[in-house]
Amino acid sequence: MTTTPVLEAVDETLETQSRPPLNVIYEWLTTVDHKKIGLMYIVYALIFLVIAGFEAILMRIQLAIPNNHFVSPQVFNQLFTMHGTTMVFFMGMPILFGMGNYLVPLMIGARDMAFPRLNAFSFWISAFAGLLLYFSYIGGSGLYAAGSAPDVGWFAYAPLTSKVFSPGHSTDYWTLAVFLSGVGSIGTALNIVTTILCMRCKGMKMSRMPLLPWLYLVMSGIVFVAVSPLTAAQIMLTLDRYLGAHFFDTQAGGSAILWMHFFWIFGHPEVYVLVLPAFAFANEIIPVFSRKAMFGYPAMVAASVSIGFISLSVWAHHMFTAGLGPAGNTFFVFATMVISVPTGIKIFNWLATIWGGKIIFAVPMMFMIGFLFQFLIAGLTGIMLAAAPFNWQLSASYFVVAHFHYVLVGAIVFSLFGAFYFWYPKVTGRMMSETLGKWHFWLFLIGFHLTFDFMHVPGILGMPRRIYTYEAGRGWDTLNLIVGIGAIFQAAGTIVLVYNMIYSYFKGKEAGHDPWDAWTLEWSVPSPPPSYNFAIEPTVSSRRPLWDLKHPEDPDSDYE
Amino acid sequence: MMTTVTTASRIPIDGPIETPWKLPYRGTVGMACLIIAESAIFIIFVVAYIYYIGKSLSGPTPAQVLELPIFGTICLLSSSIFVHFAVSNLRKDNLRGCTLNLAATVLLGTIFLATTAREWYHLIHDEGLTIKTNLFGTTYYSLVGLHATHVVVGLIMLSLTLGLSLTGHVKEEHSEKLEVLSLYWHFVDAVWVVVFLVVYVLGR
Ligand code: HEM
Ligand SMILES: [Cu+2]
Repeated sequence: MTTTPVLEAVDETLETQSRPPLNVIYEWLTTVDHKKIGLMYIVYALIFLVIAGFEAILMRIQLAIPNNHFVSPQVFNQLFTMHGTTMVFFMGMPILFGMGNYLVPLMIGARDMAFPRLNAFSFWISAFAGLLLYFSYIGGSGLYAAGSAPDVGWFAYAPLTSKVFSPGHSTDYWTLAVFLSGVGSIGTALNIVTTILCMRCKGMKMSRMPLLPWLYLVMSGIVFVAVSPLTAAQIMLTLDRYLGAHFFDTQAGGSAILWMHFFWIFGHPEVYVLVLPAFAFANEIIPVFSRKAMFGYPAMVAASVSIGFISLSVWAHHMFTAGLGPAGNTFFVFATMVISVPTGIKIFNWLATIWGGKIIFAVPMMFMIGFLFQFLIAGLTGIMLAAAPFNWQLSASYFVVAHFHYVLVGAIVFSLFGAFYFWYPKVTGRMMSETLGKWHFWLFLIGFHLTFDFMHVPGILGMPRRIYTYEAGRGWDTLNLIVGIGAIFQAAGTIVLVYNMIYSYFKGKEAGHDPWDAWTLEWSVPSPPPSYNFAIEPTVSSRRPLWDLKHPEDPDSDYE
Repeated sequence: MMTTVTTASRIPIDGPIETPWKLPYRGTVGMACLIIAESAIFIIFVVAYIYYIGKSLSGPTPAQVLELPIFGTICLLSSSIFVHFAVSNLRKDNLRGCTLNLAATVLLGTIFLATTAREWYHLIHDEGLTIKTNLFGTTYYSLVGLHATHVVVGLIMLSLTLGLSLTGHVKEEHSEKLEVLSLYWHFVDAVWVVVFLVVYVLGR
């Protein structure tokens, strides 16, 4: 093989850097390169992370002391609606799609996604959806009295969303934004599936594919069957609001419970859309920092696929208090419990990978250990909630909020942070500061546990969710103060992260193309990768192609 | 960090390569994904339709106003056969046959759309049934309307293809692409079978 294409790659990088700024901006706006689109997703999601985080802080300030009048009840409703909607649709999904966009083609040895223009379209439409959601603030009572930010909750239960209870256009902004983000998500999922099935490099059989693309495949499959129902429900809601249809209009025989079903048919699988990429990062990072091959690769794939299927049949555990009747309750209790089997398999396989490994406690690995531990706890409180009688007691209390934030923050965000530290060198060519990374980790870890460990307790003591203030003397005061302080720690940690990312971009150590001594294909190309990824299209003969290269005396391919 | 020995130029390993290395055509896979996602949307509308059968608080009822759209159904279903012939003709490089079959597909699809339009006109003008009237109106117009929207989209794409093939731009090498389009059209027809059964058979 020749070596010239590599030199060519370096030349091209230099060339981009010396272009005038306007050209560079134009290039980003019109790009169809999967890496640039991935980065744009990540940047836009980080902006929304900061916005939604700010909303969370405002809510915690409001709840820090009893009888507080920092914000009004209306504003509080808007805050939790916007916070939830933003975090799920404009932070979580885009940032994970962004990571997938960047990593999937590189890891399967492809030069781009299967449909690059569709990829750009999906990005721009979901970015537009985010702007639309926040435009509701500007278009609010001030500018043209059209209503204000949405205040119907991220679940938008009927009949709260009917014209009678939600006059003005705030709910329409919500509906349209969610609808458009759904279109974008379906487009990206379609692209990811097609890329994985049709663009793998020579020799990369499905059974040799890294676990990250596998999990993105399952995740995209869930998007088709979970996000589409939400899209359908948004169409119905819009018909109700604009054309006077009666889907969810209880006055004309419509059903509010039907909305709940449609929403949670989306809502529950959605948590797996978010958590499977988090698993995916863990699957790549834990083996590298344990210096061992992933334990039980086929079991991991099987567990992920079965999680995908089971997750579609458990949605009504969000509706135990709506009165499903004993048969319905029993079914959904058992279906929910069944998920713990494949999830348990995953946790054991991660532990078995770490077990006896030569563990390197670099920042990405620290976040992964946090992820493992917190995901375990979240699973346990999930099983508690899945028991219908227990759920009747605690539904719509702060216990539920604590549970799902354990998953969303404790598992997903921790894994995501780990992934940032792991792949940053690949994307920028520079290492992130380890010292700042440790500061970020500890601040965030302490903050997370202060907030969400303590949040379970007022829940058990009877504090309902979605209340804007409470009376003193019920035993909730101190707890809420601690919860609020934890939120500040988390914000501080996030600021350290952002600072670290910017600082390291200019001052970080040169990374070289394979700083972690890793195994998958993305580490075989220069950092940052040239626009066409691979100078020569790779050919692989095992699950760890780079290991084979580095250890010719004992390559994986001999065992296949 | 750690020292490594790899370079980008070394990654094509001269290992044993599985030959032939053939992956599925991305157009087909992409369309299959789209069809799965669209099916999920249709299922939700169908579920809503079935859930609300007989729950309207006021008239008219389906039995009073709906008639079986036999003619339109025959047209639509047979158009699937013609689009299939269009693809197989193109694959055999029979350009004329392809164009003729495409024209037949577009024609039959348009006739179907016209029967739907006539039915809606009748319902709105003579029976006074709109989306606002009752739950039947709500679910009927949204489900049939969603399907009709898909027919319109399909017809636009088919007509564009027909135009291209009339001007001689469609060649044998495009047969895979035309096949992707035909997949979509078959899907639209299959959905109609479900809609027909639910709305006109079960619903009445
Ligand atoms: C894996 C990622 C998970 C995420 C992201 C997640 C997220 C959520 C969210 C957002 C809610 C709030 C619903 C609401 O607004 O009322 C919730 C509630 C619930 N979760 Fe999870 N969850 C996850 C895993 C699990 C697991 C593993 C179980 C059980 C084994 C579980 C069981 C439940 C139950 C039963 C509720 C209903 C609580 C109620 O509404 O009363 N969850 N979860
Ligand atoms: Cu759930």
